[in-house]
Amino acid sequence: MSLTRADIENIARLARLELTEAEIPVYVDSLSKIFAFVGELDRAPTAGIDPMAHPMPGLAQRLRADEVTETNRRDTFQQNAPKVEAGLYLVPKVIE
Amino acid sequence: MSAPAPTVAALARGLAEGAFSSVELTRAYLERIAAAQPSLNAFITVTGESALKAAAEADAARAAGRAGRLTGVPIGHKDIFCTEGVLTTCGSKMLGNFVSPYDATIVSGLRAAGTVMLGKLNMDEFAMGSSNETSHFGPVRNPWDTQMVPGGSSGGSAASVAARIVPAATATDTGGSIRQPAALCGVTGIKPTYGRCSRYGMIAFASSLDQAGLITVSAEDAALLLGPMSGFDPRDSTSVDSPVPDYTATLGDSLQGLTIGLVREFFDKGLDAACEQRIRDAIAVYEKLGAKVREVSCPNLPLSVPTYYVVAPAECSSNLARFDGVRFGHRCDSPKNLLDLYCRSRGEGFGAEVKRRIMTGTYVLSAGYYDAYYLKAQRVRQLISADFARAFKECDLLFGPTTPTPAFRIGAKCDDPITMYLNDIYTIGANLAGLPGMSIPCGFVDGLPIGLQIVGPHFSEARMLNVAHRYQQETDWHLKTPSAFA
Repeated sequence: MSLTRADIENIARLARLELTEAEIPVYVDSLSKIFAFVGELDRAPTAGIDPMAHPMPGLAQRLRADEVTETNRRDTFQQNAPKVEAGLYLVPKVIE
Repeated sequence: MSAPAPTVAALARGLAEGAFSSVELTRAYLERIAAAQPSLNAFITVTGESALKAAAEADAARAAGRAGRLTGVPIGHKDIFCTEGVLTTCGSKMLGNFVSPYDATIVSGLRAAGTVMLGKLNMDEFAMGSSNETSHFGPVRNPWDTQMVPGGSSGGSAASVAARIVPAATATDTGGSIRQPAALCGVTGIKPTYGRCSRYGMIAFASSLDQAGLITVSAEDAALLLGPMSGFDPRDSTSVDSPVPDYTATLGDSLQGLTIGLVREFFDKGLDAACEQRIRDAIAVYEKLGAKVREVSCPNLPLSVPTYYVVAPAECSSNLARFDGVRFGHRCDSPKNLLDLYCRSRGEGFGAEVKRRIMTGTYVLSAGYYDAYYLKAQRVRQLISADFARAFKECDLLFGPTTPTPAFRIGAKCDDPITMYLNDIYTIGANLAGLPGMSIPCGFVDGLPIGLQIVGPHFSEARMLNVAHRYQQETDWHLKTPSAFA
């Protein structure tokens, strides 16, 4: 299958990725090749086969009781934040 | 101190007998790391100061009679594992300034066992790559020939163990990222069963496939280190509550009556003829040890690469959505608005291959394509998994090559993602089915190492390590060292 420049721009927008002008044709080409390659899956006979949701047979996602288990370490975590003030994460103005 | 002994087992004996201290040993390895860094680029961060401090504590613990089997043994950690107070980059510009506020469970487990961390090892960005060329911190080089790739994504782990600049290293495997570099660097690699080792603090790539493991010189070393990394962790919702045996206790067991299945689909037209001969030679050693060999078929296995390149990117696009430039990680300069902040921070922070995988995943999960790609791939995954289950009714373990060829030249496969993805053609199946897999050195082709792959049923690590160990008692491929680093 062949993707267009518009397809790539749309996927990048959905993925919240800004691409440079030079990157777009590279991804048009390589994603087209990837989707042609995964198109091989079409020939697999999967009628009546359940999708595999967990790699271990018979196991499902484990749940736990809804209890507080972690302590507040905001100050430590915010040492990695690009911009904070008074314990808050700063981002550009969202509401005018 | 002279060149360090080659294995963790030998180093542990030396420490126990007082032949050298952990401080002396750690210092010797730090010197080897510094000497090899310009040629191999295997490390992203060397933690020399804290390593010497931990080594002194290990020596004090030993003097006080509190030493365990691994007390004072230095190791390296792949830079995908969070290490408290230490830079943890995952090979990405996105996390180029990230100092982890906590330890991964396997890191604290190995520390509690007495190991000393030498530093953080280079890797493909977010573990997405098969050659270590996607790292933001530059490619790692193969110690057998520095013009060649070491494999990936755990290229730093494999290259550093092969060059004997670390005794052993942690690693991760989503589609072959432990076994493939282990094969290309001539070292031993084990990817345990999905859920065997906690994924807590291991930066997520594809959560239904990711598993922590080890790269070591020998199977015995892997058996020594796997115990402290294994076991149930309430902090990983996919951790499996299954008893952890002493993996060293059964290493010497007899192989009489073992049935080895040769997977027909692993011996396909893509397999290099000289590599195939080394695999056949290794199988002959097993026959001499009393194993029976039969051919088995996993007919859906040739679909494992296309299946993987739907499932893994889908999970990656979802996992990497957390990198938004707000709470941690790279942020672009002077964002115009919130959307601009997200898009430019991500566009600048991620490298080319990571962006390719995120976009592939975003597309296969998007409205109108989910059934055709994602659900279809999950159904094929079920078929592949059923093929393995059927094969294990006829044999105990599956054998085959780890890779179709020896290591390739740096730059040779960068332009074509499909060619690069096909490096993992023999390893991906085990990840899709959650099975444990190993690669052990079994010879050379044109001076470059080749790996024999062993795949077992769920939780058969002890048997696999036993089978690998018995081979390593009959052969010395695993003890070969590249001459430049001898």
